[in-house]
Amino acid sequence: MAKNLKQLVDSPVRLTGGHRLCPGCGEPIAVRQVLMGTDSPVIVANATGCLEVSTTIFPYTAWNVPWVHIAFENAAAAASGVEAMYESLKKQGKIDADADYKFVAFAGDGGTYDIGFQSLSGAVERGHNFVYVCLNNQAYMNTGVQRSSASPLGMNTTTTPAGKVQAGKTKVQKDLTECLVAHEIPYVAQSIPGRWRDLVGKAEKAFNVDGPAFLNVLTPCPLGWACDPAVTAEISMLAVDTCIWPLYEVEYGEYKVNYTPKEKKPVDEYLKLQGRFRHLFKGEEGAEVRKQIQEYTDRKWEQLLKKAGQA
Amino acid sequence: MGKVMPLEGNNAVAEAMRQINPDVVAAYPITPSTEIVQTFAKFHANGQVDTNFVAVESEHSAMSACTAAAVAGGRVMNATSSQGLALMWEILFITASLRQPVVLSVANRALSGNINIHCDHSDGMGARDCGWIQLYGENAQEAYDNCIQAIAIAEREDVRLPTMNCFDGFLVSHAYELVEVEEDAAVKDWVGPYKAVRPLLDVKNPYTVGPLDLWDYYFEHKRNQIEAYVAAKEAIIEEGKRFGKVFGREYGLMECVDLEDAELAIVALGSTAGMVKDTVSELREAGKKVGLLKLRSFRPFPDAEIAAALKNCKAVAILDRAASYGAAAGPLYAEVTSALYAHKAEVPCVNMIYGLGGREVQPEQLVDIYKALEDVKSSGQPAQPVRFVGIRE
Repeated sequence: MAKNLKQLVDSPVRLTGGHRLCPGCGEPIAVRQVLMGTDSPVIVANATGCLEVSTTIFPYTAWNVPWVHIAFENAAAAASGVEAMYESLKKQGKIDADADYKFVAFAGDGGTYDIGFQSLSGAVERGHNFVYVCLNNQAYMNTGVQRSSASPLGMNTTTTPAGKVQAGKTKVQKDLTECLVAHEIPYVAQSIPGRWRDLVGKAEKAFNVDGPAFLNVLTPCPLGWACDPAVTAEISMLAVDTCIWPLYEVEYGEYKVNYTPKEKKPVDEYLKLQGRFRHLFKGEEGAEVRKQIQEYTDRKWEQLLKKAGQA
Repeated sequence: MGKVMPLEGNNAVAEAMRQINPDVVAAYPITPSTEIVQTFAKFHANGQVDTNFVAVESEHSAMSACTAAAVAGGRVMNATSSQGLALMWEILFITASLRQPVVLSVANRALSGNINIHCDHSDGMGARDCGWIQLYGENAQEAYDNCIQAIAIAEREDVRLPTMNCFDGFLVSHAYELVEVEEDAAVKDWVGPYKAVRPLLDVKNPYTVGPLDLWDYYFEHKRNQIEAYVAAKEAIIEEGKRFGKVFGREYGLMECVDLEDAELAIVALGSTAGMVKDTVSELREAGKKVGLLKLRSFRPFPDAEIAAALKNCKAVAILDRAASYGAAAGPLYAEVTSALYAHKAEVPCVNMIYGLGGREVQPEQLVDIYKALEDVKSSGQPAQPVRFVGIRE
């Protein structure tokens, strides 16, 4: 990593503190860390979602960089459009040939895993030179905690509620990071806001590759996860220590696990801090779902280690 | 001087796009507008344009990328039809709300279902309230001329509204006609260089485009957008005159054929107007006082001008190549009659719905429409406000 902590702290503030995101929200932390990953001018395309509505309530804005929002499902298409215009004007000599602008799209898991999946897939297949960051809080939080395809097994959401005969969501989440790996783009990685060195370093790599890069960042949501706003960073680190959300990166198809816990913690340690899994700690059915979560986590972790040549 | 070339409507539009040389074209081709994008892709592949051509994965992304590219600060064009326009729908509103002068050529086609690839105006009429200027052309020449004028109208600083260049699918898009194609330099000169207004790529002056706009400001922003249409009307007239001065073909909000003393008139959009013109001259030779109002600008809708042109008629048939389900009549009828009412022009009108899904229109049917207008004139009231032309009953 090129910059030390002091240099990062002294980086220009690109998303100011004057936004209206909830206390403890993982999103602004992730966004600020991502934007520290480059010193070049950066232009942001934002999908509809918490980040968008909470940072740009007209006539105010919390953004110190050019920022555009078109709609919910098209952050990748919008970023393609801006980047395409930049390339066009640069080629025509209307923008300085030495200019090195960076483009980044931010979207939630709803706008990425679900409705925005097509535009993301299309944009990276076309090879636009931009970084796509999924701020993944694992449900449609902006509209009241409805399930998305990023919602994990057993999660209590308003559309997969924990009821008498159903213990929250009955399916595991889509593995979108692997979907993006399958697109054979230069850089794909998973990170969390709790490990700033990891996230800023990955953002830096993502900005520096020639072509599309994808970062999937697990961003705890105190509202949807029903957790203490004070533990955002810790809870994301627990996701890593239980291997529920491994830190890894894939550069041109080459896997690298960035962090292997010395002692893999049981998933219960992560689950029990969150109200969204509270029902899993009552009765036999809950215990069965927790067992499934543990098995799924172990299986995926082993697969990942194999891909990285570490197993 | 330009040269006269045999061109299909689609290729005439592609020629105009080549001459305009936009900075970005992001498109997902769809029948019957496909050739516009295909021909343009060839121009791009042969280095005849500076455009960054982005072949996106859907019409939704096409309009999203076009809107964002325009926000970034350059000239942007695109083409579509039917389901493609419908898939762009959500973003069409946003292009207009962000006041981005994107120009979209639309080869009009029926909407599903059932699926039908042929001409009617369901797509354009469906998109009528998205906030775009809509110009309807009669033939390949007008599709070419309107494409060039659309750029100038859309980009005027007082307008800054996206503009659709509509023409009939297959009937115009795929029909060869002799088209007067102006010289590249003359077109380039007429259109002029693009003047960006607050480009997003001006990184030294960052700003926020497309924020959350609540009850405290949204209404005023919409009001501004509505006002831009007033300017758009003037812009269409002025740019049409300026175009006429340079290229010899003048345009306005509409074209009136023999309307000064007409008792019976037809109001129509698109290629049908060309057939009506022939019918009018035939019937005029037979001593009938008939006329045609060919509407060019559907948005903005020239209500006062239409009322003034039709006020002395004794009966008017308004031709709709689209239905408005559950409404009293077709969309053009509703708009024209409301204009007449608002401007105190008491003319009995009848709605003729025709040509849906590419159903052919014959000159005899147009003669029959004028005959039906004779009855409307003598009775003073339309017996049946909505009628269907050329349908199996």
